Amino acid sequence: MVWVNAIVQGILLGGLYALFATGLSLAFGVMRFVNLAHGDMAILAAFMAFSLTNSLDINPLLTLLIVLPGAFIVGFVLQRLVFDRVVGVDPSFQIVATFGVGVIIQNALLEKYTADTRGLNVGRLETATIRLNDTIGIGWMPLITLMCAVAVLASLALFIRHTKLGRAFRATSDDPDAARLMGIDVRRVFAVAMALAITTVALAGVLLGVRGSFGPFSGPENLIFAFEAVVIGGLGSLWGTLAGGVTLGVAQLIGNQIDPQWGQLAGHIVFLAVLVTRPTGMFGKVALR
Amino acid sequence: MTDVKVSRGTVSSRVFAVLAAAAIVIMAFLPSWGEPATQRKMVELFTLLALAQMWNLLAGFGGVVSVGQQAFMGLGAYAMVSLVNVHGKDMYLSVPISAVIVAALAVPMGLVAFRLRGSYFAIGTWVLAEVVSKVIITVKSLGAGDGVSLKVSGYSVSSRQDLTYWLAMGTGVGSVLLAYVILRSRLGLQMQSIRDDEGGARGLGVNVYRVRFQIWVIAAFWTALAAAPYYLQQLRVQPVGTGGAFSVVQWTAPIIFIVVIGGIGTIEGPIIGAVIYYVLRNKFQDHQTVYLISMGAVALAVALWLQGGIWGTIRRWIGIDLFPVRRRVRTASGQAVAQTSTSAPP
Amino acid sequence: MSDMLRVEALDVGYGDFQALFDINLDVAQAETVSIIGANGAGKSTLLKAIVGLVPPKAGDIHFDGQSITSRPAHRRVADGIALVPEGRRIFPSLTVEENIVIGGDVGRSGPWTKRAVLEAFPLLGRLLKRSGEGLSGGERQTLAIARALMSNPRLLLLDEVSLGLAPIVVRQVYEAIPVIKANGTTVLIVEQDVNQALSVADRFYCLLEGRIALTGVPGEVSKEQITEAYFGMSTVTGDGD
Repeated sequence: MVWVNAIVQGILLGGLYALFATGLSLAFGVMRFVNLAHGDMAILAAFMAFSLTNSLDINPLLTLLIVLPGAFIVGFVLQRLVFDRVVGVDPSFQIVATFGVGVIIQNALLEKYTADTRGLNVGRLETATIRLNDTIGIGWMPLITLMCAVAVLASLALFIRHTKLGRAFRATSDDPDAARLMGIDVRRVFAVAMALAITTVALAGVLLGVRGSFGPFSGPENLIFAFEAVVIGGLGSLWGTLAGGVTLGVAQLIGNQIDPQWGQLAGHIVFLAVLVTRPTGMFGKVALR
Repeated sequence: MTDVKVSRGTVSSRVFAVLAAAAIVIMAFLPSWGEPATQRKMVELFTLLALAQMWNLLAGFGGVVSVGQQAFMGLGAYAMVSLVNVHGKDMYLSVPISAVIVAALAVPMGLVAFRLRGSYFAIGTWVLAEVVSKVIITVKSLGAGDGVSLKVSGYSVSSRQDLTYWLAMGTGVGSVLLAYVILRSRLGLQMQSIRDDEGGARGLGVNVYRVRFQIWVIAAFWTALAAAPYYLQQLRVQPVGTGGAFSVVQWTAPIIFIVVIGGIGTIEGPIIGAVIYYVLRNKFQDHQTVYLISMGAVALAVALWLQGGIWGTIRRWIGIDLFPVRRRVRTASGQAVAQTSTSAPP
Repeated sequence: MSDMLRVEALDVGYGDFQALFDINLDVAQAETVSIIGANGAGKSTLLKAIVGLVPPKAGDIHFDGQSITSRPAHRRVADGIALVPEGRRIFPSLTVEENIVIGGDVGRSGPWTKRAVLEAFPLLGRLLKRSGEGLSGGERQTLAIARALMSNPRLLLLDEVSLGLAPIVVRQVYEAIPVIKANGTTVLIVEQDVNQALSVADRFYCLLEGRIALTGVPGEVSKEQITEAYFGMSTVTGDGD
């Protein structure tokens, strides 16, 4: 029974990982851009929620009304002013630039908030659980998180498939120059894509903060989970991202059940196994090469 | 066709070689004329220099950007711990052995990592470093998560400090010479051809994968070698946290900043970067966070706008190479016909 | 009267390599002009420079009296220039129908609507739900032209539309040109197939190694003159070099 519970909890955790992975997948899909500060941006959002929660004395989830639009603007501006210069041929400077941004965010957070870990308290919702039986319980927050992930992925899928801007995203992803020939402002497409990526990862960050504790240096760990979810699920497929996140979550929690020290390691092993045996991932259309 | 001469040395490079040799001799005698505190600082500087040169070989010349070199620092340190503490080997003898062990481990790690490219490769190396770190933490005999002290024996304190210093100097100065030798070799030519035009290089028969793999293993070896004197001086190895062997903040962030700011894709760049980084860090001793933010901002600015870094920019104005890895073609009368370029792609 | 397109002293290069030297060219409204030349002469580069995908090192480009030299490509499309690119560059992630629709997303009004385009190119009607990949060469070329027309361009640039197509398909594609011209569109065609190019053109330019080697009206210039300009040497008369 404990194993079934591990799987159930793993699926719920997978929702959070899928949410982290969505932004990474989107940015890479549209502009072949990987933001090494992706995880740090989630943590930044969590800290923003933390500050707003304390100063406005409201439920952390309500701060999303400010944090999410803010994240959209930050992503848009960051792309236009900073990242646009490193989209393109040589990824070396992209890696260095985004790595630098990550270090800046981590240390700025350290300066302002000290190294203490924090959490976001949502009151009764934190522990509210749907009890299935003695061992298996589905927490409301993890369930809400999973539902958010599914909702975000579904919205993105609909947006990309059925809207004019979504069409522009797909065209730009295929061939930016040909997209320009259609009158598409590719730089604006990039900016919106990054804005969406940062918004989804900000949501993930806040939900992470509710689920557990976080500190200024929690970013890289979550970048790695997002990345592993993308690889396992496969690139080019939004639903693959969900599958990847869930697989990672389940792997980690089964590993955790075996031995708490092995939790995350189990996830890494699954990731490495997929990378070695099937680099395109479970549903991927193109290998990450 | 007029007779042409292909040469590499220049006036400035020869002058520099003489000055550098003199400086090396002087620094070798530091234990006799310098203070112990200076000696300790130089060990750290040499370590950073060695790591930076290796990262530069990988990224600046090989086109392979790794954010996981800390894996080899950690593996090097812990291999040494294992050899010295668990197997009772001599401290200094264990150094080359641990480097060889790490180079061997780098092979399967590389086989996995190179299934990815570009930014995903970078994160992949980070994941590998995390995995290695977590595995090491489970090993009780290596101190688990708390760290472990090196069991020193067989050397007096002062002779240990001197030997460690010379070892550090060896890995530091040696890294520069190693980079220089590699770049002047056939492997170096292949690396540079890949960097300039990967498709073209493949067309000429260059096995891109094998070239990159070779650099990966060489870098792993020398990085592990550089870990040794640093931790022999610290006498204590811990996996994570401040000073942690697997710590990104401790190793990877500084060396990326050093190479990028100093001038990626040049041998002179990491030297300049290491000196500047280290001097400034000591000045900002009490404001480490602010220091890291500033360094991060500068590295970001360089990556966005001044990709040649300090040396890359100087070289564009002055056209001097202190380490001649370019070739000049001159006619018999001394007129320049053509010159290869080593600048990193814009 | 007024030129739809005027190119002045244009120099275009890629890094160290210069592809075009001092190009002067003009196209009048409703004219059809062909640019011919051997492989590598710089024809595609010229079209890319006109539409804005490649920046010039020197010179100016004027469209309908306005200087567009520093305008980004997507704005030139909004102004009324459209390019059917070399290699067609159909979007594989979009269906045939979406490829057509996206051509019109720039929002220029005019005779070319989705219905009009499907009437002019009926073969596309059967393919609407197919993915952008997996079409034959002729289907892709037709789609690329239809897509470009959806932006109701005043100046249509066609880059090597005959490349890789069977002669019969090439003829079908070129049959679309009169329909396009009938709407008053100015057309600039780049072609390696000299006969095909000259058969539709009011005037032509011949490029050789990045420079204009010859310009004239198809009927009024001799085959020898064209050959000389195309290959850069006189026709063989028996003298050795």
